[in-house]
Amino acid sequence: MSESSLLAIRDLHVTYATGDGPLSAVRGVDLTVERGQIVGVAGESGCGKSTLASTILRLQPANATVTGRVLFDGDDVLTMRWGALRAVRWAGASIVFQGALHSLNPVQRVGDQIAEPIRVHQPALGERATTSRIAELLEQVGLDPARARSYPHQLSGGQKQRVMIAMALACDPQLVVADEPTTALDVMVQAQVLDVLSALVRERGVGMMMISHDLSVLADLCDRITVMYAGRVVEEGPAAEVFADALHPYSGALSAAFPRVGDPDARFSPAGLPGDPPDPRHLTQGCSFAPRCPRAADVCLPAEPELATYAEGRAAACVRIGQPDAQEAAS
Amino acid sequence: MSTSPAELSVQGLRVEFSTRSGRVARALDGADLVVRAGEVVALVGESGSGKTTLARSLVGLTRPAAGEVRWEGKPMDRSRRGLKALRRHVQLVLQDPAGALNPRHTVYESVAEGLRIHKLVSGSGRTEAELVAEALASAGLRPPESLFLRYPHELSGGQRQRVLIAGALALNPRLLIADEPVSSLDASIRGEILALLLKLRQELGLGVLVVTHDLGLAWNIADRIAVMYLGRVVESGPTEEVLTSPQHPYTQALLSVVPEMERLEPVVLRGEIPDPTRIPSGCRFHPRCPALASGEADDVADACRGTALPILSGEPEGHRCACHLVAARVSTGSTGDRQSTGDRQSTGDRQSTGDGHSNGDGHSNGDGRPTDQVVT
Repeated sequence: MSESSLLAIRDLHVTYATGDGPLSAVRGVDLTVERGQIVGVAGESGCGKSTLASTILRLQPANATVTGRVLFDGDDVLTMRWGALRAVRWAGASIVFQGALHSLNPVQRVGDQIAEPIRVHQPALGERATTSRIAELLEQVGLDPARARSYPHQLSGGQKQRVMIAMALACDPQLVVADEPTTALDVMVQAQVLDVLSALVRERGVGMMMISHDLSVLADLCDRITVMYAGRVVEEGPAAEVFADALHPYSGALSAAFPRVGDPDARFSPAGLPGDPPDPRHLTQGCSFAPRCPRAADVCLPAEPELATYAEGRAAACVRIGQPDAQEAAS
Repeated sequence: MSTSPAELSVQGLRVEFSTRSGRVARALDGADLVVRAGEVVALVGESGSGKTTLARSLVGLTRPAAGEVRWEGKPMDRSRRGLKALRRHVQLVLQDPAGALNPRHTVYESVAEGLRIHKLVSGSGRTEAELVAEALASAGLRPPESLFLRYPHELSGGQRQRVLIAGALALNPRLLIADEPVSSLDASIRGEILALLLKLRQELGLGVLVVTHDLGLAWNIADRIAVMYLGRVVESGPTEEVLTSPQHPYTQALLSVVPEMERLEPVVLRGEIPDPTRIPSGCRFHPRCPALASGEADDVADACRGTALPILSGEPEGHRCACHLVAARVSTGSTGDRQSTGDRQSTGDRQSTGDGHSNGDGHSNGDGRPTDQVVT
């Protein structure tokens, strides 16, 4: 199965060498994206989701040690030769980075910025064809082609984010990785951008990996969701099921953080999760979520739980699933 | 705590900025709002709706071209001394805690700054360190002393937001204005900060105005909600009323695109809020209005395009909406089957607190101002 998948990440470990010792940002992640599928990766700051994204195109910083496999269309990105990697970047897979609003060059017209990867990867394409390709891309993301002549400061946040998406699509990639593509945008613009992204997957059969801390956005858009905590996958399953009926207490807390408008239980009782994520340099023994977990018990302490299958297509890493809570049993 | 009505209100506020091209951008074009101690009000709208300008106007950071801001019933005193006094009682907690804290100030200095400016230590009979520690503890940072000498970069996003809130609380304010208090925070911390705002309301009787684009946040904590579009409040009322049966097509569209609102057909509005230098004639929302585009509003289409709507009164009672279509429906009685505000169980409690403050104010339409549509 993994041989035919568009993207298959297998047992990926990423460790950064830092002044305070090694920092394990990603610890044994498996993840698969098929063509025409949107896979969501959820988790809070520091859980390793952005490291995961940059590793897909081997963009991790020099102080990172990577082990495992990142198979793009069957070829391992981590070991492929420079020429092959260059072909994968942009044309095979492209990333819409977080904070896209600041990553456009402020002194270059956005059309020229979109043209850059096209000129590099398709040098045979003439100037006129490139210009019409830019117009086509802008239209695809719902922008007026005349916007190609604008500078970034003349665009609103939502428009800049669309330009970033147009850039990512410039070389017709098969895989698009979107890291928090809508975080800085308000609801209506977020809806517009998400519409653009899902239309791409539907109409062009690209595969997409979408990273966010907002489980409600992922639940709306994705086919499957992977939830990460402290560098590991703690839950994986069909998007709607993970959101509505989480197996892992951490996924449950993430989904409760964004209340359903109209749900009487959420009125005047915002759901939060006390504590901070663990420092990846000083992980405690046992389940790394246990210090914050409302269901933690003695059984969580001996070893880090493995990801195990609980139902058709649903997996979670928690030894407390199916066990009664002490309080519940008492009451 | 005094018993005077700690109430901040704005009436017909207009704030204009001149642009480089010489045109005038009307960031606020007749905004009305009331916030009282002990209640949480959410001000929602898209980027560019004027919600941040309104929040800044409430503490005198922008000078209105027309209309007025009243604090405890009196017009805002815009002298240096008057503004300083107002800002002790009404504290603004800025968006983006990472940027709002001085990176070279310790937590202690950041929180103590307000105490020093307002010279609150000498009269209190307490030491500055005690007051700082108390403010940090009320913001949920315990033990407070352990944070005194930390710098912002050593704190997590949630802790930074709490330090900002502590800086405001140190002055013992009556109202807190929080601009997007959780939009830059992780999902898990979001609920904690919102719970803190509710706790401050309950324990200190604080009033909170939350400026946000997040309707889920409003549903989580707000008693009342005001929806802004292009410088004006277009719908307001008790949160449960407005969010479970929104009347204005704009509110309906906003609500329909909240993720996981599967019971609603998503209405994704095209484009963005128009340029505030060219506010559309008639109803300001008409160029993007889905009801007008679909033909649903055909009967009132001329009014939508040509007749300006009255400014909604800021009085909190009742569910109000500035829309020709809704007005036409109310007058023909086609939505008459809905419950009235008072019948709703959970808002009922909060409502009565609000009524207590406004005793004898009379009906909002009794002062000769244009009549707005009372939906219920």
